[in-house]
Amino acid sequence: MAQRHSPHRFPVTLALLTALVTLFMLTPMVLSITAGLVNNYSQGLVSGLTTRWLEQVWEGYGDTVLWSLAIASSCALITTIVGVPCAYALARTRSRWARLFEELLILPVAVPGLATGLALILVYGQFRSFRQSFLFILVGHVVFTLPFVVRTVSSAFANRELVAIEEAARTLGAGFSRRLLGVLIPAVMPAIIASALMVFTLSVGEFNLTWMLHTPLTRTLPVGLADSYASMRIEVGSAYTLIFFIVVLPLLWGLQVIANEVQKRYGT
Amino acid sequence: MPVVVIFFACWLLPMAWLVALPAQKGWETYFAIFTHPRYWLSLLNTVWLSLLVTVLTLVLGSAVGIFLARHKFAGRGILLSLLTLPLSFPGVIIGFFMILLGGRQGLIADLSEALGAGRLTLAYGFLGLFLAYLYFSLPRAIATYTAAAEKMDLALEEAARSLGATRYAIVRDVWLPELAPTTLACAAIVFATSMGAFGTAFTLATKFEVLPITIYSEFTNYANFALAASLSIALGLVTWVVMYVARRYSGSATVLG
Repeated sequence: MAQRHSPHRFPVTLALLTALVTLFMLTPMVLSITAGLVNNYSQGLVSGLTTRWLEQVWEGYGDTVLWSLAIASSCALITTIVGVPCAYALARTRSRWARLFEELLILPVAVPGLATGLALILVYGQFRSFRQSFLFILVGHVVFTLPFVVRTVSSAFANRELVAIEEAARTLGAGFSRRLLGVLIPAVMPAIIASALMVFTLSVGEFNLTWMLHTPLTRTLPVGLADSYASMRIEVGSAYTLIFFIVVLPLLWGLQVIANEVQKRYGT
Repeated sequence: MPVVVIFFACWLLPMAWLVALPAQKGWETYFAIFTHPRYWLSLLNTVWLSLLVTVLTLVLGSAVGIFLARHKFAGRGILLSLLTLPLSFPGVIIGFFMILLGGRQGLIADLSEALGAGRLTLAYGFLGLFLAYLYFSLPRAIATYTAAAEKMDLALEEAARSLGATRYAIVRDVWLPELAPTTLACAAIVFATSMGAFGTAFTLATKFEVLPITIYSEFTNYANFALAASLSIALGLVTWVVMYVARRYSGSATVLG
């Protein structure tokens, strides 16, 4: 299309910028993958390939991967169970309190995680057993991700067609549970799946809050990463990053595929 | 409603506590960020850095977004997913990326040594932080702009071009207004993320002090809880105001994160 106006050099500039940005974005990924697999980083590939850094990381930090996945799944489950009814209530009420609450609920996202983490420690830090369990981190993640679920699902519930269909079902005598299972849930399913996926992603990568909330015995993947960057040799840090790629990325990608399928099947 | 209970117990109550805490040390603690040169400098550093990152992110992100939206080439889908992949990286990984690029054993050091300029390290100063922030901001801008540019009306641009508009005029009069809502939403989120970013600066242990690091060191190194709380409030306020204004003007839920 732009070919007819070839004197315009726009595409050249844009293409160059795109290439530059791509180089900038991909170089570090390639560097960290190779650095985790070579025997000696400063000598490069000449020193030969090895998996011993990966093994060392798995021994020292393997549990952080599992805990991160456990926390992210529980977080997605809890925020869905708690957030979806709330989203429905907010979408169906017009009161000023509901609007105010909606505005308040955005705050945990707008306020930096560091502040939320600080606030949680100041109030609940004295309860030793709570402070030293993974539950403490989970609570932080739930508060931080809840707004995403409520916002996304609430705007799906507020869809005017859905309101009309629900009204029609009601006039035809369908009770609430009937409307819920037959009309509402199927209609907002894509939004629920999308928000749960987002919560999972956010929770797995969360650091700002988690670094404040963690203890030496309760470490998540990003916390372990920060620890290895600060105290281990560069090959170990790279191998750990590689483990993040290997474990987390295919998982996120798989979940995204499932979400797209659901979107295709139920989506409007 | 359980959500109200969770929200109040786990966020509002702790937050109220945080807001009330500086009062114990006297009202002037609230204004420490204005009265202490060190904290003021840290706030200025953070705002300045975030603004610069936001501007460059918008320029580069829109260029890449428009390019990717208009040119369908082989591997475009893969390229787009590779470019947006870092959205799921924790900030610490991006800090580490900068160490690999510009650290003491980094790629740039190797290149500059080969060129006979000695081993250059830029990771731990302003430039390293700037590039790292750019790295985690770009994917979001690219994703948003690609989606927005796919909906742009090509006819407008054609019309402008056939009327003899220069390239500069098309960017100013067609692209800018058409992408304005996206730009506003994107700017707010990039700025807010940069202001609050902690993991990246933490990994780089940077000499250029930003506010989240100041708060963290007040809290852990000096156990000065009231001051950490006061600085957190300032940081939270700046971020919230920016998000709030953007949400009011763009009138959409996209400014969420």
